[in-house]
Amino acid sequence: MTSLEKVEELLEQGKITRRRFLAQASALGVGAALSPMLFGGKAQAAAPKRGGRLRLGLAGGSTTDSLDPATITDMMVQVINQGQIRNNLVEIDADIRPVPELAESWEPSKDAMQWVFKLRKGVEFHNGKTLDADDVIYSINHHRGKDTKSGAKGIVEAIKDIKKDGKHTVIFTLSGGNADFPFILSDYHLSISPAGSNFLDGVGTGGYILKDFEPGVRAFAVRNPNYFKSDRAWFDEVEIIGIADVNARTNALKTGQIDVMNRCELKTVLLLKRIKGIQVMQQNGFKHYTFAMRCDTAPYDKNDLRLALKYAVDREQMVKTILRGYGEVGNDHPIGSANRYHAAELEQRRYDPDKASFHLKKAGVGNITFDLSAAEAAFVGAVDAAVLYKESAARAGITINVVREPNDGYWSNVWMKKPWCAVYWGGRPTEDMMFSTAYAADADWNDTFWKNERFNELLVAARAELDEKKRRQMYVEMQSLVRDDGGVVVPMFVADLAAASDKIAHGKLGVNWELDGMRCSERWWFV
Amino acid sequence: MSPLITLVLKRVGLGVLTLWVISVLIFVGVELLPGDLAEEILGQNATPETVAAFRRELKLDLPPHARYLAWLGGLTEGDLGNSLANGRPIAELIGWRFANTLFLAASTAVVAVPISIFLGILAALYRNSLFDRLISMATLSTISFPDFFVAYILIALLSVQLLLFPSVSNINPQMSLLEKLYAIVLPCLTLTLVVVAHMMRQTRAAIINILSSPFIEMAHLKGLRRARVVVRHAFPNALSPVINVVALNLAYLVAGVVIVEVVFAYPGMGQLLVDSVTKRDIPVVQASGLIFAATYVTLNLLADVFSIISNPRLRAPR
Repeated sequence: MTSLEKVEELLEQGKITRRRFLAQASALGVGAALSPMLFGGKAQAAAPKRGGRLRLGLAGGSTTDSLDPATITDMMVQVINQGQIRNNLVEIDADIRPVPELAESWEPSKDAMQWVFKLRKGVEFHNGKTLDADDVIYSINHHRGKDTKSGAKGIVEAIKDIKKDGKHTVIFTLSGGNADFPFILSDYHLSISPAGSNFLDGVGTGGYILKDFEPGVRAFAVRNPNYFKSDRAWFDEVEIIGIADVNARTNALKTGQIDVMNRCELKTVLLLKRIKGIQVMQQNGFKHYTFAMRCDTAPYDKNDLRLALKYAVDREQMVKTILRGYGEVGNDHPIGSANRYHAAELEQRRYDPDKASFHLKKAGVGNITFDLSAAEAAFVGAVDAAVLYKESAARAGITINVVREPNDGYWSNVWMKKPWCAVYWGGRPTEDMMFSTAYAADADWNDTFWKNERFNELLVAARAELDEKKRRQMYVEMQSLVRDDGGVVVPMFVADLAAASDKIAHGKLGVNWELDGMRCSERWWFV
Repeated sequence: MSPLITLVLKRVGLGVLTLWVISVLIFVGVELLPGDLAEEILGQNATPETVAAFRRELKLDLPPHARYLAWLGGLTEGDLGNSLANGRPIAELIGWRFANTLFLAASTAVVAVPISIFLGILAALYRNSLFDRLISMATLSTISFPDFFVAYILIALLSVQLLLFPSVSNINPQMSLLEKLYAIVLPCLTLTLVVVAHMMRQTRAAIINILSSPFIEMAHLKGLRRARVVVRHAFPNALSPVINVVALNLAYLVAGVVIVEVVFAYPGMGQLLVDSVTKRDIPVVQASGLIFAATYVTLNLLADVFSIISNPRLRAPR
């Protein structure tokens, strides 16, 4: 327990006054704003307290789900994995900073190629085993190697070697410098299970012990009395009910059968807000919708043509009609305002039919029709968004033909196959993760097939740069390169909307994932 | 051998053949869908290497006929196999869900079948009266709406407005029978409204058909009361078509209620089947499909047997 946590607990138990708490906290060098107990909105005012059964009604569960972190893909198991049964070495806090979780501290080498992680001592798994370096190595290696089925294979590829140094130290050697390495270890796939585990029994170090799990239907967990965090996991029990239908979720919340729902319907969230006793929680995060053009395929290989299409989209209108205002306009690069190095200084690109037709003429492709592939599977409202795009482009003399693709198999048959298509991106907490995942020349998911030499040089350099200021400069330049040369149209960043009974209280919400960075179960409490 | 037993044996044989054909059709159907389990599970996260590793481990790289025969071999030994997606035995996945599906279907049947037959007899009795028209209009309207619409209306009225019944019917093993019954009131009511019209109209039509027969005229001429003529003389002779339509509706209640299950988040077979098709989990799709098909085959067989038993002329053919 950190010293801040200690004084917070004293405050909570009424053993010290608020004034004394403030003095102690500032003596520790932390701003009082760090503690949700003192300031904040209505829901943040009261001190956390123990007790109650949290009932979550969640979309994003499937009967084919598995607890294996390698194949976790959607919300129901993600919420179980993060904030309930397992922990990572690193946690992302509400201000998008990496903070220690199972690791106690970490230290990079000068070139950021070697990272030494000290593990927290005395942490116990649910089966009574004590956490040590072998568990960490076993859990990370689950995602490495030739035979892994892990969705995280790409992000741990940069790890060249993992070895232990004593029971409580793990040393990661990377193939290239990476100043953001702690962020990588916060990825939800990379949660820690005991060595030798089959990953299916749900044994972890987390604040809740899984008692009952029926994929897609129900999960039930009770509080772990030995949890190593004393200021987390406030509920006695957490129940997750899989409710795929948004109307069913909304009704269940209205009638008090659940306390929290995720993924509110944009069309009806306004009505939900008016109901007494219900709070709507909006998280403006990294999630964005794109239209990806393949830069290796004519006519999208001409930058003037790409610019023409970028000027031909009416972003404000899309945010207003497709997102009903619950989002922000994008600037044709994937770094949103929630990111650390977001380039606010770049001019916002606006709908400009004149510039669009100017660039179209300059591209010299003649009068052709552009096929834009879309389906609801890409993102909710993708087909409508494509039709809006078609209308705004028509006013610039550009003809778009919206091709409605089947939802089924969209990611295997349309995405990265068709020359221009609608895409959903969950976004990443760091610039490097986002760019390396989808914009680096050799990335598996470089869905625009964009290969810009300067960008790729900067990507490697910025990754290893430990100097904040230089790093920022590089990332700003990279954002402008994607914006002005890349193959992606990023019209909007979309907010996550969840709703809860107003009996639920929480601190500042982490926006890196839905439901407070997936960690609602351990961060929230009943007032 | 009694003709009834011969018929049952013949139909069972044909039923098994039907099931086999269905299993082939389901397999081919799912195979024809684009993508496979590895791609669907990994979704946007798929890389060629992880997809290949997935396929190797689950033997998805074998040719389709080899996979089908392996599955059929397991089935003949009574082994439904394991889910490809999470490795759990399919019998375990399906067992309690099928029990839940049967629970909802049986509860609905207990309410819906007597009501529709009773209403059908009344409608025949008071044919072309205001009552007949009203009852026909009401039941035909409920059947004309899509089932999810009926469900939402019921939720809006009885759950959200009046707070009488829960809007989500997520029953679990920890609940008592009474709690379970309370939880499924709304889905049960929805399904009742959806199936009543069909059975009620069929009962009415069958009885009216019989009412024009000479023996009914004879009964009238003997001076029997109208109600007695309909219930004692006409209805038993109208049973055969009624039994058939009841069987058809029971089969629908078991196999066709996916949407109602989704609206009420009811943990039955429907959601399992939908998820498994989406993820291309072929063994689970096969097993669920076969169970649904077997339900239809069995109920049809039972309907025929009961029709024969209820009809003396068929019972002892000359």
